[in-house]
Parts: sequence; structure tokens; C-alpha cells
Amino acid sequence: MDFLRPATWQEALSARADRPGAAPVQGGTDVMVEINFDVRRPEALLDLTRVPELGRWEIVDGVYRIGANVTYARVITELGGALPGLAQAARTVGSPQIRNRGTVGGNLGAASPAGDSHPPLLAAGAVVEAESRDGGVRLIPAEEFYLGVKRSALRPDELIRAIRVRPAPGPQYFSKVGTRNAMVIAVCSFAIALDPAARRAGTGIGSAAPTPRRALEAEEFLAAELDWDAPLPPALARRFGELCARAADPIDDVRGTAAYRRHAVAVLARRTLGWAWDDHLGRRAA
Amino acid sequence: MRVTFTVNGREEVVDGVWEGESLLYVLRERVGLPGSKNACEQGECGSCTVYLDGSPVCACLVAAGQAEGRRVRTIEGLAAGDRLDPVQEAFAACGAVQCGFCTPGLIVQAHDLLERVPEPSDAEIREALAGNLCRCTGYEKILDAVRLAAARKAEERRSG
Ligand SMILES: Cc1cc2nc3c(=O)[nH]c(=O)nc-3n(C[C@H](O)[C@H](O)[C@H](O)COP(=O)(O)OP(=O)(O)OC[C@H]3O[C@@H](n4cnc5c(N)ncnc54)[C@H](O)[C@@H]3O)c2cc1C
Ligand code: FES
Ligand code: FES
Repeated sequence: MDFLRPATWQEALSARADRPGAAPVQGGTDVMVEINFDVRRPEALLDLTRVPELGRWEIVDGVYRIGANVTYARVITELGGALPGLAQAARTVGSPQIRNRGTVGGNLGAASPAGDSHPPLLAAGAVVEAESRDGGVRLIPAEEFYLGVKRSALRPDELIRAIRVRPAPGPQYFSKVGTRNAMVIAVCSFAIALDPAARRAGTGIGSAAPTPRRALEAEEFLAAELDWDAPLPPALARRFGELCARAADPIDDVRGTAAYRRHAVAVLARRTLGWAWDDHLGRRAA
Repeated sequence: MRVTFTVNGREEVVDGVWEGESLLYVLRERVGLPGSKNACEQGECGSCTVYLDGSPVCACLVAAGQAEGRRVRTIEGLAAGDRLDPVQEAFAACGAVQCGFCTPGLIVQAHDLLERVPEPSDAEIREALAGNLCRCTGYEKILDAVRLAAARKAEERRSG
């Protein structure tokens, strides 16, 4: 095995292009588990933790551009105000030690249907910034990024440079079902992001289909039916939950049954919409 | 490959490291610091917790080559000479150590908590230790130990 240690982004892209068998590694919280257990023996590790840009975030034309190697711990402390949905999801990842190393970029690289970053990224309409030496920059909307269980639209010669996402234009919530409060992979999860100016709500469902996905029918239903100046009718919130459950396509596995997951998605969707709506009306009244 | 990094204030140059090896393996088997424990190798138990550039992480999930040029502090580096750190003393005083396998990781993690939050609430202690498993104590004595360590550190600060 080789250990590749690019110091610059250009070096990293060259290494990626020249060594397709090398596994990128950032926090290592997915990669190292696989290596420790001999599930994976890549011909090389491509360590990205020395590339300065990947460890930084910036605001470009009003949009947050979060380097792939920014950790969950930093998303929570530095970006919680602008990106509350993503920060809430980050708080539920693993343990403090995992959050000190694990990254949103690594979560995207792994593309697990249970990854906690995905629902808030989908709900907020985030874009994945990928780049390769020979193909240049490619902007992939989150909803086009996830192709299958642990499969993404990333090409073999590409690396994730950053995640681009607008600061929250309205209330955002993330909620996750698991057997305890820490160190759990989601049984299922849900994120909502309100955009009061556009009168739309974005959604993201996690761990209840082969890929993370939006609940498009539910989003259209809200866009058509919601009165943004009035309290939320309970029947409408219930219907929204049902439509989100219908968008899910869960399986039975050790963490839960498909029927339970579908039910739980409906409950999470209804509740998060309720919380977001309370904030929305509260902000208007203030 | 060769890895050069600082452990507990001392520069270590380690040769013959396999590229897929973890920092935990290097510490235990190549640097002779077996304090950090290996109980799961998958980030679940926290018994391998060390400081990496000042943040507590699972050493089993850090690739050895990622530690190149970085600062590592292990359980062996917490005492000041012969004097144990107050967190170490408190764990012994409270009966928070039974088999002791989880103890080094818990102490490093609790040490970090008290550096950041000198007077943590019980909720903050539980949250900070959520990634550290103990199969013996039932955690109550561990919570006692962290509370005692916080009180002793506060006392030390007052008496300057
Ligand atoms: C104990 C434990 C608990 C966990 N709990 C959770 C949880 O609650 N929720 C959750 O979502 N996940 C959880 N995880 C999984 C893991 O922590 C996350 O997926 C994390 O986001 C991975 O980030 P990383 O930087 O550590 O990735 P790495 O392990 O470094 O990489 C992950 C994948 O992405 C690829 N990759 C990394 N960087 C790039 C890049 N820049 N470009 C392209 N590909 C790249 C790697 O090759 C690899 O395939 C847990 C893991 C552990 C060990
Ligand atoms: S040995 Fe590293 S977390 Fe268990
Ligand atoms: S004292 Fe035995 S595992 Fe904690």
C-alpha cells in the first residue's frame, strides 16, 4: 500500500487522476473502519487532510462554500447560525470524538443512505462541488448526487472540493429516529427547510430508501395548499406526513422494519413541519 | 514508511510503519505507549481516545500517516511528572475504575471536557462521554469522578 500526501489541491487532483485505486481519506471514520477490519484494502490512501482549502469555509456571492474536510464539530460551532438544519444533523453524528474527525465531505463520499448530512443538504437545495484534473469543476445538485446504496454521481477521477449551500432563508429542522441519543445510525431521518419568501418548503428523507431523497409530491402539496400567514391546520400537517411516507421506499433490516420506517417518516415530517411553522409565525410576529 | 510526530511533547521518528496502520497501533506497538486501549477498532468504544492537535479523537480511526508532523497527547502525557492530573486522581478516588480498560479513553475525554467547560452540567458530562463505553461501572461512579475533578480543578484555580 502507498500513502499519498498531497499538500495542495492541484497535487490532490493529480494523484486522484493518476491513481484511481487510491482511496481518499479525510476523517477516516468510514475508511479506517474498513481497513481495520480488512473489508477494503485499497492500493493506496490519498490523505486529503493537508490540503488547506478543504479545511476552510467561505462565503462566495452570499452562498456558503464549505470545504470537504470541515468537521462536524466545526459545522456545529461555526455554521450553526447560518445552516441550522445541517448543524442539527451534525450534532446527532456518532460521538464527540467522531464529530472532531468526521466530515460532511466524507459523508457524501461514502453516500450511505443513512448518512445524516444528506437530508438537510437535500432540503436546503445544496450543491456538491466536484473537481477533477482533466474535467474541471462540476456542480452536482444534492438531489442528483445519490445514485444508489453507497453509490454517487462522483466520477472515479473526481474529488469533492466543497458543499455549496445558501444560508437558511427560513426555519430548518432535522430529526432522526434511533435507539438512543448518541452513537446511532439512523433508523430513519427527516429534514425540512422553509423558504418563506419563495413560499416553498424543501424536504429530505434519510435511511428510508436506497438513497436519500426529497419528497417531491409533499413539497408540491405544501406549495399549493399552505397559507403562509395562518396557523398550520393539523389535517394539512398530517397529509404532508403521509405524502412524505409515500415518498419513502424502505426495507426491513436489523435497525427496523419497512412499515415502522414509513410510519416514523410520517411522524418526523409532521413534527418538523410543526416546529418550523411555529418559528416561522414567531418570526413574523416579532 | 517513516512517520515523525510529537507525542506527549517528545518527537518520535517511527520507521517501518505499514501505510494502512492506525495511529493507535503505532502508539501501542511501535512507540511503547500502551495506555490507549484497543477494544473495538471501529470508533464505537472510545477506549483509544487521544488528543490530536488538541482535539480528542479515536486513535484507531486516524491513519498513522495522517499524524505526520502533528501533536499527539495520550493518557501517559496527562500527569505532571509524578503528580497525576486531577481527573486521574478523581477516577481512582471515586471507584470509577474497575477492570480499567475504558479508563484511559474516558479520562482523556473528561480532561478535554473540563478544559473547555470547567463547570459542566450533568447533561454536558453525559454528552461529552457518549462515545466512551464502560462495561463494568454502570457510569454513575464515572459521573461522580468528573464532578469531583471539576471541583478540584476549580479549587486549584482559586488557590492559584
Ligand atoms: C462510531 C461511528 C459512528 C458514526 N455515526 C454516524 C452517524 O451518526 N451518522 C452518520 O451519518 N455517519 C456516522 N458515521 C459514519 C462516518 O462518521 C460519516 O460518514 C462521516 O461523515 C465520514 O467522514 P470522514 O471524513 O471520516 O470520511 P472518510 O472515512 O475519510 O471517507 C469516507 C468516504 O468518502 C471518501 N472521501 C473522503 N473525502 C473525499 C473527498 N474530498 N472527495 C471524494 N471522496 C472522499 C472516502 O474515500 C470514503 O469512501 C459513524 C462512524 C463511526 C465510526
Ligand atoms: S478502539 Fe478506537 S474507539 Fe474502540
Ligand atoms: S472499568 Fe471495565 S470497562 Fe470500564
